[in-house]
Amino acid sequence: MGQIEQLVQGVLQGNRRSIAKTITLIENNEPEAQKIISMLYPKTGRAHVIGVTGPTGSGKSTLIEKLIGELRKRGKTVGVVAVDPSSPFTGGAFLGDRVRMQEHSTDVGVFIRSMATRNALGGLAKATRDVIHVLDASGKDVVIVETVGAGQSEVEIVEVAQTVVVILAPGLGDDIQAIKAGIMEIADIFVVNKADRENANKAISDIQAMLEMNTEKTGWKPSVLKTTALTGEGVTELLAKIEEHKEHLKMGALEARRKEKVETELAEAIKQKVAESIIEDLKREGEWKKLAQKILARETDPYSAADMLLKKSKRN
Amino acid sequence: MTATRKIRVLIAKPGLDSHDRGAKIVARALRDAGMEVIYTGLRQTPEQIAETTLQEDVDVLGLSILSGAHTTLFQKIMKLLREKGMEDVLVFAGGIIPQEDVPALKKIGIKEVFGPGTPTSVLIEFVQGNVKERR
Ligand SMILES: Nc1nc2c(ncn2[C@@H]2O[C@H](COP(=O)(O)OP(=O)(O)OP(=O)(O)O)[C@@H](O)[C@H]2O)c(=O)[nH]1
Ligand SMILES: [Mg+2]
Repeated sequence: MGQIEQLVQGVLQGNRRSIAKTITLIENNEPEAQKIISMLYPKTGRAHVIGVTGPTGSGKSTLIEKLIGELRKRGKTVGVVAVDPSSPFTGGAFLGDRVRMQEHSTDVGVFIRSMATRNALGGLAKATRDVIHVLDASGKDVVIVETVGAGQSEVEIVEVAQTVVVILAPGLGDDIQAIKAGIMEIADIFVVNKADRENANKAISDIQAMLEMNTEKTGWKPSVLKTTALTGEGVTELLAKIEEHKEHLKMGALEARRKEKVETELAEAIKQKVAESIIEDLKREGEWKKLAQKILARETDPYSAADMLLKKSKRN
Repeated sequence: MTATRKIRVLIAKPGLDSHDRGAKIVARALRDAGMEVIYTGLRQTPEQIAETTLQEDVDVLGLSILSGAHTTLFQKIMKLLREKGMEDVLVFAGGIIPQEDVPALKKIGIKEVFGPGTPTSVLIEFVQGNVKERR
């Protein structure tokens, strides 16, 4: 058996070393990763994927730990992908979500992986999606993805998760304003965490007021729940709501969501493959530098050059 | 496809120390040098550290300890890493470790031991110079 077949076998048997190694290949964008995903793909589509997002420090990791505990009590296995940003300047990253998830670090039914965004433009969704495929194929019943809700990532999480939970905390009033544009449309469930603090109720009514203005299209009305992740209060209710959303998806919306995701995945794969192969051909034939030179000399522009290439490739 | 590899480091604190300033300074310095640093907080058991090393598939494990139980804890960690097939991970230690204990620690596979006040530039150079091409 070659290395790839061994890894695939290992992942399918739930071997943690194989899962970890495969995720590394995906993160590094190694050529083997794609082959492995292709081989695992028939075994995917079983896990329920929950996206957890929200501002820094709202309690996402703490709450995820409590969710894991609750899911384990019900006999479910869990995979977690905790995504944090890479520094755009140094490329380094501080991945600290595990600090809050130590209780489950030696449980064989739980696999946790920290991931840096590596400043991949739109590539985060691709890498995250592939890591989810791996955890899914390894037999995890539930996969939870944590991302910080700032900028691009909250939009991307909706591309990979079936149920999106947005976690806010009281006293982040300005944040609610700032993030609402991106976050209001993607949340299936809102959580106001740190309910032990003052102003939790005010945060809840703020969100409810905002929700009033939204018209939902899918037949699911997002609700606002209250939790104290530190003590675990409200976590059973949250899990019940997540289950309810999962059931709701099964009524028809799930197929639609799955189809939408597969379409996005296909579109992205085509964009990546086709664009890369065209660029590689150009580089091999030495055309790349010539084109760049022309653009530098303002004889053409990048868009016209791309148009020209497209016409040429259609003719062949 | 272009591969984009990064040095991944786990900074772990075994033992019962009650603060982690030193560990965090090291973590930040390695991050600023362009590495991906996983931090897991205080009071990790050897089992937790070894299992996290495996799940995160790190290239480097840095152990920080102030409390004095280093020899037994480090022995357990190194044994568990071997059992899990993770012996190719570069392991270093830092904190308060008497000089006379260092040879024994190196014997069990800890590549280097750094005393308090080691400049972070020395650490960065050590990691960059000793990390193995693991795949
Ligand atoms: N008072 C109170 N503090 C909480 C609660 N939940 C989490 N915290 C604290 O809030 C801080 C941040 O919690 P995390 O779980 O790390 O938050 P996070 O959203 O994952 O943070 P990032 O990953 O950095 O974005 C920690 O100090 C937690 O102990 C809660 O219900 N009540
Ligand atoms: Mg977190």
